Amino acid sequence: MATELSLGSRAAPDRLRRHAGKILALAALLVWLAAGAPPREVFAPLWEWSPALLKGFALNILISLLAIGLGTLLGLAIGALNLSPLRLLRLPGWLWVQAFRNAPLLVLIYFTTYVFPFEIRVAGHYLPFPDWLKVTLGLALPASANVAEVFRGAVASIPATQWEAARSLGFGRGQILRAIILPQCCKRMLPPWMNLYAVITMGTALASLVGVHDLIDTAQIATNTVNRVGFTVLIYASVLGLFFAYCYPISRFTRYLERRHAFQ
Amino acid sequence: MPSNDSCAPLIALRDLHLSFADTRVLRGIDLDVQRGQAVSIIGPSGSGKSTLLRCITGLLRPQRGQIRVGDTAVHELRSDAEFIALRKRVGFVFQQYNLFPHLSVLENLTIAPCKVLGRERREAQDEARRLLGKVRLEHKEHAYPGELSGGQQQRVAIARALAMRPELILFDEVTSALDPETVGEVLRTIRELIEEGMTCVLVTHEMRFAEEISDAVYFTEHGVIVEHGSPRQLFNEPRSPRTRAFLQHALGRGERERRPLVPAGAAAR
Ligand SMILES: Nc1ncnc2c1ncn2[C@@H]1O[C@H](COP(=O)(O)OP(=O)(O)OP(=O)(O)O)[C@@H](O)[C@H]1O
Ligand SMILES: [Mg+2]
Repeated sequence: MATELSLGSRAAPDRLRRHAGKILALAALLVWLAAGAPPREVFAPLWEWSPALLKGFALNILISLLAIGLGTLLGLAIGALNLSPLRLLRLPGWLWVQAFRNAPLLVLIYFTTYVFPFEIRVAGHYLPFPDWLKVTLGLALPASANVAEVFRGAVASIPATQWEAARSLGFGRGQILRAIILPQCCKRMLPPWMNLYAVITMGTALASLVGVHDLIDTAQIATNTVNRVGFTVLIYASVLGLFFAYCYPISRFTRYLERRHAFQ
Repeated sequence: MPSNDSCAPLIALRDLHLSFADTRVLRGIDLDVQRGQAVSIIGPSGSGKSTLLRCITGLLRPQRGQIRVGDTAVHELRSDAEFIALRKRVGFVFQQYNLFPHLSVLENLTIAPCKVLGRERREAQDEARRLLGKVRLEHKEHAYPGELSGGQQQRVAIARALAMRPELILFDEVTSALDPETVGEVLRTIRELIEEGMTCVLVTHEMRFAEEISDAVYFTEHGVIVEHGSPRQLFNEPRSPRTRAFLQHALGRGERERRPLVPAGAAAR
């Protein structure tokens, strides 16, 4: 009990010291804002605009979640195709991965935005196909290619001796994949997969370029409307802060998982 | 050719040749193992001992020669189903254990019987517990391989092979990766298996052990069998000067390892 307490009290100043840099930076920003700009003129419109900004950011998050979900499903399917012993089945998967991993995100977003129609006909009904959904597809394509690659890397990282041991026990190829290899892959895939999610989330900022009313687009409208330098700086700092607040915990958690994996 | 089932060997290798690209690893191997026998293969590193064992269970295919395991002509097998049928009968224990790290000890023992042999889960678990008792690890059924010592992992690997109820087991230098303290516990397990009549082929560097437990010993070098015979003959009166040189070297090293208690000054003379 006593040792636990002393450990706890020693940890607190340690943590303070570790975060001292960040706290100082935050304080400096506040001081700069307070000194360099008349606060009321700047903060009042920010308060006014904040619901719209948050709504925009919610769209960014929605796009990122749908894109990673779709990309993961597609990527795992393609990854499975790439494991096939038949060359003919592996070829399309290989092409897919190469094409979408090596294309800039923005090009893919333009591509999906202008290639697909604004509505699609399903069973006699015209369903709207809004731009934000097209952007989601544009991000899901590279996500799927990267997931397929992460999957391939994870499978390749399982030592050949695991295959050999399973084969010597009479397992067939499919059984080895399902019972021995893939369960060991999941843990290895999680950190790179979360990394990918962070990249995709930041990629949603490009949605504003094709007219989706996301966080960036809302910020642009706000700056044009208010038209004051201090406000412009503040609003983009807030945009940065929002993305950071969302992505930083993800990357910290990824680091934690990687470290835990490394020590096993 | 007249053949009598009772004395036809369980394993028969004839004129086995195998090359990796330009490296000729096996250059005409002949070897027989009778049912219930323990046969040791000794020889210098790189002489093709592991390759030989892999051929027997169909993990590698020789370019020339014949392999028979019971009635199966292994060199003629083509389909996956045929190889699987063979591997159900032939256990394999590796130098590096190769347990499945994501499964508990009990699951390591039951996964193949359940998925490959289609055995009932309950039944497989009971059998697994019995085998864990046999290798003296009944208290570790819920542990994961990463939590066990090398010697414990290797005993689990032996139990995993036994769980398939194989006709014979191939051991590939199963004590080479172990600390000297844990070698004994693994050798004890193998000795008990041999005493129960399990057919065993052991590639080993433990000369004393091979001498003690083997019915026959083969000495291989550069992909050929230089000499084979009873352990007494091969270890005490080797016919080939190559065998003599190898044994002198190997036993000399073994002696040194076996006397860790002698003070350094006394050993140096
Ligand atoms: N998959 C492979 N591809 C190419 N060469 C190989 C392969 N496996 C083994 N070899 C080579 O074949 C030779 C014999 O290897 P093998 O593992 O059978 O020897 P060994 O007698 O078991 O040696 P050790 O006592 O070191 O285990 C070695 O020279 C090795 O480099
Ligand atoms: Mg070897």
